[in-house]
Amino acid sequence: MFDPAILRQAALDSVRKLDPRLMAGNPVMFVVEIGSVLVTAIAIKDPSRFAWTIAAWLWFTTLFANLAEAIAEGRGKAQAAELKKTRAVTIAHRRGVDGTLEDVASGVLLMDDLVVVQAGEVIPADGEVVEGIASVDESAITGESAPVIRESGGDRSAVTGGTRVLSDEIVVRVTALPGASFLDRMIALVEGAERQKTPNEIALNILLAGLTLVFLLAVVTLQPFAVYSGARQSTIVLVALLVCLIPTTIGALLSAIGIAGMDRLVRRNVLAMSGRAVEAAGDCAVLLLDKTGTITLGNRAATAFLPLDGVSEQELAEAAQLASLADETPEGRSIVVLAKERFELREHELHGSHLVPFTAQTRMSGVDLEGLSIRKGAVEAICQLVEEKGGSVPKQLVELAGEVAQTGGTPLAVSENGRPLGIVQLKDIVKEGLAERFEHLRRMGIRTVMITGDNPLTAGAIAFEAGVDDFLAEAKPEDKMALIRREQAGGNLVAMTGDGTNDAPALAQADVGVAMNTGTQAAREAGNMVDLDSNPTKLIEIVEIGKQLLVTRGALTTFSIANDVAKYFAIIPAMFAGVFPELGHLNVMHLASPESAIASAVIFNALIIVALIPLALRGVRFRAASALAVLRRNLLIYGLGGLIAPFIGIKLIDLLVSAIGIS
Amino acid sequence: MSWQNWAQIGVLIGLIGVSAPLLGAYLARVFGGGAAPGDRIFGPLERLCYRAAGIDEHGEQTWRVYAGSLLIFSGISVAAVYLLMRLQGSLPFNPSHAVSAGPALAFNTAVSFVTNTNWQNYAGETGASHLTQMAGLAVQNFLSAAVGIAVAIALVRGLTRRKSDTIGNFWVDLVRTTVRVLLPIAIVLAIVLASQGAIQNLHGFTDAHTVAGATQSIPGGQVASQEAIKELGTNGGGFYNANSAHPFENPTALTNLLEIWALLLIPFSLAFAFGRLVGNRRQGWAIFAAMFFLWIGSVGVATHYEVAGNPRVQAIGAVGSNMEGKEVRFGAPASALFAVSTTDTSTGAVDSAHDSFTPLGGGALLANMMLGEVSPGGTGSGLYGMLVFAILTVFIAGLMVGRTPEYLGKKVQALEMKLIVLYLLAVPLVILGLAGASVVLPGPRSALLNHGSHGLTEMVYAFTSSANNNGSAFAGIGANTTWFNTTLAIAMLAGRFLLMILVLALAGALARKQTVPESAGTFPTATPLFAGLLVAVVVVVVLLTYAPVLALGPILEHLSL
Repeated sequence: MFDPAILRQAALDSVRKLDPRLMAGNPVMFVVEIGSVLVTAIAIKDPSRFAWTIAAWLWFTTLFANLAEAIAEGRGKAQAAELKKTRAVTIAHRRGVDGTLEDVASGVLLMDDLVVVQAGEVIPADGEVVEGIASVDESAITGESAPVIRESGGDRSAVTGGTRVLSDEIVVRVTALPGASFLDRMIALVEGAERQKTPNEIALNILLAGLTLVFLLAVVTLQPFAVYSGARQSTIVLVALLVCLIPTTIGALLSAIGIAGMDRLVRRNVLAMSGRAVEAAGDCAVLLLDKTGTITLGNRAATAFLPLDGVSEQELAEAAQLASLADETPEGRSIVVLAKERFELREHELHGSHLVPFTAQTRMSGVDLEGLSIRKGAVEAICQLVEEKGGSVPKQLVELAGEVAQTGGTPLAVSENGRPLGIVQLKDIVKEGLAERFEHLRRMGIRTVMITGDNPLTAGAIAFEAGVDDFLAEAKPEDKMALIRREQAGGNLVAMTGDGTNDAPALAQADVGVAMNTGTQAAREAGNMVDLDSNPTKLIEIVEIGKQLLVTRGALTTFSIANDVAKYFAIIPAMFAGVFPELGHLNVMHLASPESAIASAVIFNALIIVALIPLALRGVRFRAASALAVLRRNLLIYGLGGLIAPFIGIKLIDLLVSAIGIS
Repeated sequence: MSWQNWAQIGVLIGLIGVSAPLLGAYLARVFGGGAAPGDRIFGPLERLCYRAAGIDEHGEQTWRVYAGSLLIFSGISVAAVYLLMRLQGSLPFNPSHAVSAGPALAFNTAVSFVTNTNWQNYAGETGASHLTQMAGLAVQNFLSAAVGIAVAIALVRGLTRRKSDTIGNFWVDLVRTTVRVLLPIAIVLAIVLASQGAIQNLHGFTDAHTVAGATQSIPGGQVASQEAIKELGTNGGGFYNANSAHPFENPTALTNLLEIWALLLIPFSLAFAFGRLVGNRRQGWAIFAAMFFLWIGSVGVATHYEVAGNPRVQAIGAVGSNMEGKEVRFGAPASALFAVSTTDTSTGAVDSAHDSFTPLGGGALLANMMLGEVSPGGTGSGLYGMLVFAILTVFIAGLMVGRTPEYLGKKVQALEMKLIVLYLLAVPLVILGLAGASVVLPGPRSALLNHGSHGLTEMVYAFTSSANNNGSAFAGIGANTTWFNTTLAIAMLAGRFLLMILVLALAGALARKQTVPESAGTFPTATPLFAGLLVAVVVVVVLLTYAPVLALGPILEHLSL
């Protein structure tokens, strides 16, 4: 966690951050800095061991706060430095309108320029593959060494500048200007340069500033009461009291907690485009999980041809294969593969054919060839087609489909010229261990909804097997959108993953939209997070990280405020015991002398910041449990602990301070 | 403590335990928007009021209009009482020949009664005519209490409504509270008090010749009627200077108990009404539990020190509990119970001299008010104060469940925190600022009759009492000076209307929000754990602001005994 190089840089940065213009952004620590200046001035004018001790420790308090932030930033900067290496200027082969190639520096590329990238070359800018297919090494941004396929059309068309083409040649349409590319944004994000305060952080800052004002008021008005009582206080003591009372612990660590939260996501290869999204992740009440890839392993594959009476299995297989030639989806390909395996059917050369691609609206695909019209698709869609063509749907078709669906498979119907031939069975394999994770989520009050294009029966079987709370079957993009809107109208925050272009509106509408890095540029633009590993199951981890961030913030706030009780018991008797020995009874910690008591409180206040830096960066351990259980546990540790810890800490420091006599 | 004293606390808790949930249920019906019990009787009466004042019964108001209506209404009220005080010498119903008050005193008194504080820089017997008492002070006893309840209900509406711009109608809330809640209960209570010996007449002073041959001037007045609303509306302004220690105001041990019950009744009931109005009675129980815990804890502290007595006095032979400044009729425990209840509810009626309490007994009374009058607090102000603290509690600790803080499904964000921070800041600023100035400025300081830590307590008590709209006096200050009349009036106004505006703005902000549905991941606010947390936040965040001054005042005085 603490790389010496990072620490060295952070130590320097913490001094640089003393610049009042930077400090003013953090009202609590700014007050401490003003106090430090004030006490230092007094110590110079009127030197005493006590004055210098307090002055020194007040400066340490400020520096420790800066150190916490600098360490958190340092870890991001180290990562950014790695990324920057890949951002070197490259030569791009720009294709002109007339098709000629011109070599230009990547920095001068404009939007919508077309560039040709060959095997072994670095992709010069973010863009969309418009021609060709290539394997691309994206390890520079994902850290994953296995190459990925990028191809024109479909949902895997986005390429990132700085990644390298390993084989083949692609033509890329530039979609981001240099300086605004994905990599640039990623660098800015991990560096923390673009860090903006999140809504909850702003609200918390208001509370902390408010508490600072309240205690400033309490300390400033203490003087008239003290004067009245004949026990005027020195400015040093008043500043020491103020610094001890204002919530310095959380004030010092707040921004480090936020940066570390983003960093934890980056470490899991998730890029949050805003801190707001991380916070929203913790608040999510509904997770929309795409069945494919999230709940089931990979894609469904064809496992059997189930012909109707009077149709041979081979006949059905042939028709299904023809209908699937235009179907680029993994399911479509698996039908071609199965037909090849079972009946040695080769792919046909299709002369004069018209391919009918799959659309989410028609929910079927097929081919028109020499008077043949073959269609394959959702059973309902095919039934509708058959009826439109004047045919009737045989009962057996529906029965076969029902059997497949009941076993958790997906039936696809195949028809030829409006005559149904049979069913192709597609099967899903549900990932292991998911049921338990969904149970965890349920305990945290989060509902999981499986989204699938399957019919309700199939969807229900898989949903049951996986243990999700609800499912949306036969989902079209607008259904997904409607579901998100409905949940949001009911007050729930929704998180989802998506990769395709048709996911873009939903990704934009969701409170947390995690786009897969393999997805389209449109999806990546629409989401507020990108998962570089393109692992949709990670949504669950993202939610946990969001919650952990919030818990850490709350725990340290509670701890900070609870600390005040002990500090009062240290400082109040110290302030007045000289004039009113009776108030010595309040010195429950039996601190050695008024000076050592005040110094010990100030030193404790500074050291507790350092002691809690690891916790702030690592985050409070978060367990999946009900809110009540989590609250009870954290209250015990950070509430009660916050009440008791300073009594012990101040006493120990006082023993040390009075033993070596530094005050 | 004798068994009778234990029994008295037991009976009081029993009375509250039975009556507060019942009244809470009734209040929830009155403000719930649907049909309410007694519609046939109260309905025509209310419609008469609406017609007379030209109020649209179904017109909804935004928080700004609501707050504006409240301020206009209160401004008119201040003017009315001010004029009555200024002119009472030449107006009718003045058998005891009270003279017209000077501008500073008239202003202070007008502000005091309109803000539900009822701080009295005059003596009731000679300072106010019957007309002023009836048409000015008694009227404000009803209306200022109703205004407080209206604001509390508006805040509850803010919590329950979703995506709404409006938070109710001030005039309707004001009329319904007065007609359906305050008037009926006050009438019954007044009759009970009269049956016990509280007087009710229009007489001036009656000269009586005592057996010993001396002549006594015995005052008359409409005491029973005013006494009832004085307690019920947590007002506390006595008809007489001796307040509830006067036998005409508080004739018997039974009336003493009934008066304590009456001043606690509505503030506790509102917690239950709140639970019903938000559709989850357990939420109401949690708020009630926090209020109750703070109240009973304070009763314990004050009673303990009053019964234990003053060791210095005991050293010279006066064994027993601390009886200085207490009615022999009531004794130390009943006086402590009354004193704690009156300072915990922003009432400020007294049946004993708070100045003569033991240092920590008196300190407990001071701390009660410093908490911001939330245990259970004033009529309405207690509930809205506690709800503000509940939202603060949720904000501080709510993050610990891994969600951004929400209370009753309402997200607590930057705007709400700004309002809450201002709410937290306003009262300490007034108390510590003005009391701090008063102890060091030579003029105000010379008004103190005591010095040392007791004098400090007296000064801080005066500003704490007025800024929290309590109105009880620790005495010991010649407060009828221009400085005190003015600064105390400022404290009363800020503690009342500044906070009300902030609360209404909060209500408006909350009403506009979407409501997040409850789930297993929601921060639980209807649990004993939350009630305990709420108490902790009130004590740590609010009381700690005052810790230095408490140390120099009551605590130092106690340790010096």
